[in-house]
Amino acid sequence: MTNHWIDLKNSDCILIMGSNAAANHPISMKWVTRAKEKGGKVISVDPRFTQTSAVADFYTALRSGTDIAFLGGMINYILENEKFFKDYVTNYTNATFLVTDKYKFDDGLFAGYDPEKRAYDKSLWAFQKDEKGIPKRDPEMKDPLCVMQILKKHYSRYTPEKVSEITGTPVEDLKKVYEMYSATGQKDKVGTIMYAMGWTQHTVGVQNIRTMSIIQLLLGNIGMAGGGVNALRGESNVQGSTDQAILFHIWPGYLKMPLASQATLEEYLKQSTPTSADPLSANWWQNYPKYAVSMLKAFFGDKATAENGFGYNWLPKLDVGQNCSWLNLFDAMYDGKIKGFFAWGQNPACSGANSNKVRHALAKLDWLVNVNLFENETGSFWKGPGMDPKKIKTEVFMLPCAASFEKEGSITNSGRWAQWRYKAVNPPGDAKPDGDILYELMVKIKDLYKKEGGKNPEAILNLKWDYDTKGHFDPHKVAKELNGYFLKDVEVAGQKFKKGELVPSFAFLQADGSTSSGNWLYCSSYTEKGNMMARRKSDQSGIGLNPEWAWCWPVNRRILYNRASVDLEGKPWDADRAVIKWVDGKWVGDVPDGPWPPMSDKEKTKYPFIMRPDGVAQIFGSGLNDGPLPEHYEPLECPVPKNLMSSQFINPTIKVFKGEMDKHFTCDPRFPIVGTTYRVTEHWQTGLMTRWQPWLVEAEPQLFVEMSKELAKMRGIENGEKVKVSSARGDVEAVAIVTTRFRPFKLGQLTVHQVGLPWCFGWIQPKDGGDSANLLTPTVGDPNTMIPESKAFMVNVEKIKGGA
Amino acid sequence: MSGYSILVDTSKCTACRGCQVACKQWNQLPGTVTKNTGSYENPVDLSADTYKTVRFSEGESGNGQPYWFFFTEQCRHCLSPGCMGSAEDDEIVQDEKTGAVVFTDKTKKLKIDTVRSDCPYDIPRQDPKTKVMQKCTMCNDRLNNGMMPACVKSCPTGAMTFGERDKILDACKKRVAELKKTFPQAQAINPDDVRVIYIVKDDPKKYWKFAAGR
Repeated sequence: MTNHWIDLKNSDCILIMGSNAAANHPISMKWVTRAKEKGGKVISVDPRFTQTSAVADFYTALRSGTDIAFLGGMINYILENEKFFKDYVTNYTNATFLVTDKYKFDDGLFAGYDPEKRAYDKSLWAFQKDEKGIPKRDPEMKDPLCVMQILKKHYSRYTPEKVSEITGTPVEDLKKVYEMYSATGQKDKVGTIMYAMGWTQHTVGVQNIRTMSIIQLLLGNIGMAGGGVNALRGESNVQGSTDQAILFHIWPGYLKMPLASQATLEEYLKQSTPTSADPLSANWWQNYPKYAVSMLKAFFGDKATAENGFGYNWLPKLDVGQNCSWLNLFDAMYDGKIKGFFAWGQNPACSGANSNKVRHALAKLDWLVNVNLFENETGSFWKGPGMDPKKIKTEVFMLPCAASFEKEGSITNSGRWAQWRYKAVNPPGDAKPDGDILYELMVKIKDLYKKEGGKNPEAILNLKWDYDTKGHFDPHKVAKELNGYFLKDVEVAGQKFKKGELVPSFAFLQADGSTSSGNWLYCSSYTEKGNMMARRKSDQSGIGLNPEWAWCWPVNRRILYNRASVDLEGKPWDADRAVIKWVDGKWVGDVPDGPWPPMSDKEKTKYPFIMRPDGVAQIFGSGLNDGPLPEHYEPLECPVPKNLMSSQFINPTIKVFKGEMDKHFTCDPRFPIVGTTYRVTEHWQTGLMTRWQPWLVEAEPQLFVEMSKELAKMRGIENGEKVKVSSARGDVEAVAIVTTRFRPFKLGQLTVHQVGLPWCFGWIQPKDGGDSANLLTPTVGDPNTMIPESKAFMVNVEKIKGGA
Repeated sequence: MSGYSILVDTSKCTACRGCQVACKQWNQLPGTVTKNTGSYENPVDLSADTYKTVRFSEGESGNGQPYWFFFTEQCRHCLSPGCMGSAEDDEIVQDEKTGAVVFTDKTKKLKIDTVRSDCPYDIPRQDPKTKVMQKCTMCNDRLNNGMMPACVKSCPTGAMTFGERDKILDACKKRVAELKKTFPQAQAINPDDVRVIYIVKDDPKKYWKFAAGR
């Protein structure tokens, strides 16, 4: 979230799309209800009429996988009707920038496409620069090569009629949503978006969110109270685990994973640190070396020295172009290239797309360590449906771990708030906190390395590993390490610090080895003043920033990009919901995005989007793999014979897996129905924790499939009857919920049906509860993130022969 | 004695069923074995083990749009409880301070058919083994210890609120007036007769057959 949960109450218009917040984030509706009580409007756009739709002011449906068409139409509406916030757009975004004449867009492809590599040469999407190297602008936004004109041209193709034929949304409904939402383009009106996996889990997932980001920038809604782009995270600490680099391509704090081609620390830092020729750009990432070196110091302590590149060479590196994301990992595992696997706090046998492939991949392992609360489908895969235990060699170890209430530590929620939690009860039996398991594991590995040696010994033996108190993992020690210490007596910016003191904020971190910080983003979370994450001062006043409740990254800034919430003089665009304002030579309110004065002070100011080298927000963005502007492509499996926007049927940059278990079918009469997956309130993730809870199983006991009355009639299916749902990859049995809340989509002459299933069930528990809906989903991902396309694929639904 | 009331503003309910589970948790009631019957609604009826269940009701409005109504069903704690009609002793008592209508173990002496048909909302149920009758107690034990009912405590959206009866009645009037601007059929269900007052946007029968009584 750029903003935070409580801030939803400040919104005039909340678009909930790609999310069923009422079911999956029930508490969020507390703040949505507050917004409604103050006259705010709620719009629900979803293939299915959901619990969220039931409390919305306006609902309409779209076919799964067509969000870019829907939102592209909104961009077109905003531009055609001049609903955008001109002062904001011209000053705070790159709408005025001029791109080079190498840029083009033709029939679904951007400049620089290489069909063999299925990749773009992104250098063709660059901006024109002046002699100093600063991007050229046209303040009038009339030059045909300026971003605004390119945007207009690109989205003029997304007419309501064309969009309607793609999405299945009636034209009048499209116009209604566009009108309601774009009313927030006025400077004192604010709209926000609540999205979740309904937007991310597509082969165009990142571009779905980009499309909305462009809308939010055009309407001047970023940085504002009640605005922003708000991802509702699917798990309470997903934000925290991402911040700490649970993903393969980053180091903690979103630093880059080094490449094998970057042989030295110097090379790595040079290639990772952006530069800007514009004196008005803060270009915050110029501090990259300070954060990277401080992280290495946290890892290796005294063993990290300037002479040995602070241990840079001991850490693993990616081959150029290597992608180690989930789908590729399990593909490699299926091919027998991976010998051992820690399934830690996860249940891939149910959560992984194309679960059949995942389950068979587990059978290729020599060993599997399952760290979890309960027996699950991953640890017990060898005795699952279709498996012959006699033929499986994988040795499985189960390590019982503590639940969240049985250990102390922090979680970071969607709003970036790191909140410290105390331990309520001791874990049962032999169960241990994950921290203890990890700590003991590494102590043992270090011990074995000392005795027996092994590969890459420096990394193991030099690792600083002193996070215990009396032999037990101590979360306070880790939290302090993440914050960071001064490693010698120093003076920074006129302030003196002693060796061993905690660093007060990342502004004090250094690249010379005199500071440590395990994660620069968390620097200031645990300081000499105490554990900021444990603060609990509630503040219901004003816009509800609650600055002394827990702690928020970065540097307790509650609303990101807040320097865009004021005009060039530093006056809030919306005085009633001010986030910050410039008073008597300083900022008051939220922690501002940098201390510099407002833009009218042309000597001392800096542009507001400090993390971008150009200092402004990117309407035209050159960083993504699939294009500088979002474009509609059909899902890998789809029900329509062609893409109405271009002759590029699917996203031209996705990786298409071609293994024996990776079958995909488009417009195949055997699988004519669009399928999607979702969650229910009662079960969490794969249901691993909730399927053992009788009150929750009582409320939601079995896998179901929701379908329209029209489809049920066509298939002769009665409400409540068990049916078979199948895809090219697998099938499940599910109870039919025949409902008016799913409707067939009219796409021109074509009628398309859609069904949906929750993915929270598994064969172990409850009995007759059904299995995972991920048995149906495909191995295919977004070209930027590789998140699987679990929200749009093709299935069939049929009566069970001989069944009731 | 004005006692307490619960206001259930169904227009703010998202069917998260936190209240349904909170009821089971506070009263330490077992999860019953259920099947999906083609609806989210489960358990499909009240029982001696289920004092509260969320009713799901769907259809099409006049404009062709779907509707999905949620009705968290429980005892209304009538001011003049019909269920007490066949009671002779203190099988069923009304707490003077809180106004909660509470079944005691002595209900096993009463006839369930009579007690059930005396209830306009069809709430009482009998434990098949002990013959004791059961229903929502309005968490009278919590009320007498200064706490609000467990269901209200769990409600994330403010659909359920709890307080002194006169204050709840005021809030109810204001909310109905507000809702009527958008939903002309909005109404409070029998606010003068019951302590658990439901606000609905539409005909109560669309929510649950006995929402406003038999």
